[in-house]
Amino acid sequence: MTRTNHYPDKPAGGGNAVEVRGLVKHYGETKALDGVDLDVKEGTVLGVLGPNGAGKTTLVRCLSTLLVPDAGSAFVAGYDVVKQPRAIRRTIGLTGQYASVDEKLSGFENLYMIGRLLDLSRKDARRRADELLERFSLTEAAKKAAMEYSGGMRRRLDLAASMIGHPAVLYLDEPTTGLDPRTRNEVWDEVQRMVREERVTVLLTTQYMEEAEQLAGELTVIDRGRVVAGGKVDELKAKVGGRTLQIRPVATADLHPMAGAIAEAGLDGVSGARVDEATGRVLVPILSDEQLSGVVSVLGARGFTIAGIDTKLPSLDEVFLAITGQKMSDSVPEQADEKKLEEVAA
Amino acid sequence: MTTATLNPAVAGDAEARLGLRANVRHIGALARRNLLQIKKDPESMFDALLMPIIFTLLFTFVFGGAMFGKGNQQEYVNYLIPGLMAMMGMNIAMAVGTGVNEDFKKGVMDRFRSMPISRSSVLIGKIVVEIGRMMVAVAILLTMGFILGFEVKTSVPELLAAIGLALVFGAALMWIFILLGLSLNSPQAVQGMAMLVLMPLQFGSSIFAPTSSMPGWLEGFTKYNPLSNLADAARLLTQGDMPSNLVQHSLGTSVLWTLLWAFAITAVTAPLAIRKFRSKT
Repeated sequence: MTRTNHYPDKPAGGGNAVEVRGLVKHYGETKALDGVDLDVKEGTVLGVLGPNGAGKTTLVRCLSTLLVPDAGSAFVAGYDVVKQPRAIRRTIGLTGQYASVDEKLSGFENLYMIGRLLDLSRKDARRRADELLERFSLTEAAKKAAMEYSGGMRRRLDLAASMIGHPAVLYLDEPTTGLDPRTRNEVWDEVQRMVREERVTVLLTTQYMEEAEQLAGELTVIDRGRVVAGGKVDELKAKVGGRTLQIRPVATADLHPMAGAIAEAGLDGVSGARVDEATGRVLVPILSDEQLSGVVSVLGARGFTIAGIDTKLPSLDEVFLAITGQKMSDSVPEQADEKKLEEVAA
Repeated sequence: MTTATLNPAVAGDAEARLGLRANVRHIGALARRNLLQIKKDPESMFDALLMPIIFTLLFTFVFGGAMFGKGNQQEYVNYLIPGLMAMMGMNIAMAVGTGVNEDFKKGVMDRFRSMPISRSSVLIGKIVVEIGRMMVAVAILLTMGFILGFEVKTSVPELLAAIGLALVFGAALMWIFILLGLSLNSPQAVQGMAMLVLMPLQFGSSIFAPTSSMPGWLEGFTKYNPLSNLADAARLLTQGDMPSNLVQHSLGTSVLWTLLWAFAITAVTAPLAIRKFRSKT
């Protein structure tokens, strides 16, 4: 297989594939991006998490040269998005929220066309198209028009289209918005495989906590055009506060007596033990490891037999609420809002 | 990265502009996309296939007798067919506006614009295919014309020159419609606006009827209406000589005006359209 390298002077490694500093994009009064800083380390997946209208799509559009930012700087693979747009376009792959393939063309025709646009020879374009159709399990649908594809097949075709030029950096803008849970899992599997096998750096935007947890190692939370939190997924969750201790007694009859015993013990900072009948557990919010040991020794001293203990980090929904003071909403696709704004601005 | 660089465009400076060959290849791939779209949706060819048939029949039999006297149909066909050549270009060109507008409603344009291709090649690919559609329309028009008795009194090169002139002017018009397609919000708005431009130009011209019976102000307008200039040029090129009440300028002047119009329209609207295309979000 001949490889078209769109990334000849790629840094030796270990650096940031994407570096954004103070990026600003305003549409009239609306500050879609209001000074965003973020880094994506080479070979990693960064999740950009935020509710509708947070500026996620605007960010991706700036980083893929579709929009020119008003201020700040952004480098992708060492290239300046404003000064070296052609070099950027040779480096990136883009999968938008809406499948960016020609619906009237078949899967093969779409991939072949993109191969030709990326300067593959006819033969190589054909071969690469076949290879990617196979790889994304679309061989059987290769001759069907993309408009006849199911939602999941379209996203897979879109991913395949983004991979033709072996991009060094891939943007996935809400890759599973509007998909059913099963199809979502399918797309997640593909993305994970791509990251593993192609060593591609990914910037993923999403409004689904679960998606960020699944795919991203690090997270940047943005809200109203500003970064409100960032870090490793687990760190971020821990930052928000405590864990929940989940204790499962051997005998269900012990549930309430156990909760009562913890409450009576009056351990420092431990309060609010409650019983979850459905799962047969006692749930105790805790802030430290000392509290964990304390709870366990209280239960041991009282002679309860414990079948299992787990600690659970808070969900990202809870994290988001704690950081931004606002609940995540996932009812309206973000891009629809931003598109409208852009039209008003134009 | 250890893999060999096979892409000549990237071998040196990644920010380097594309060479001519790469541009031609991209335009080819994009033109192929537009052709495939037609193949998948043959109805989109109805305008090019049916319009020439309907217009020749309609005008020859409904207006022909009234304008040139009963029994003088032949004379009207010789007058009408070159005029319709001018009209075909305009009507086919209109479709490009709605096409561009629809493209922007879909994600595929984002993909093209985030790829290392010259942004104008998307538009040029469209224009190439539209010129092909114009050629189909003109071929059908001439076939219909010959069936109805159209004569080329000059020679084949002059007929080809007339066709070429119509295509050049049609291509220039496309930039206007591309600009409309990029500026307006919906394909319907583009269609409506295009009709608004098209109707007065079309009927305020010598395409269908000689202008000598029109009031002075309108005749003045038709004299510099590029569609009249093109129709007259095509008439003189295919008929050799025409009575002076049927054409408004000499052959040389008609051709010159047509080319001047084509050049002026392109010079003004093409850069605007390309700029709009680049900055469109």
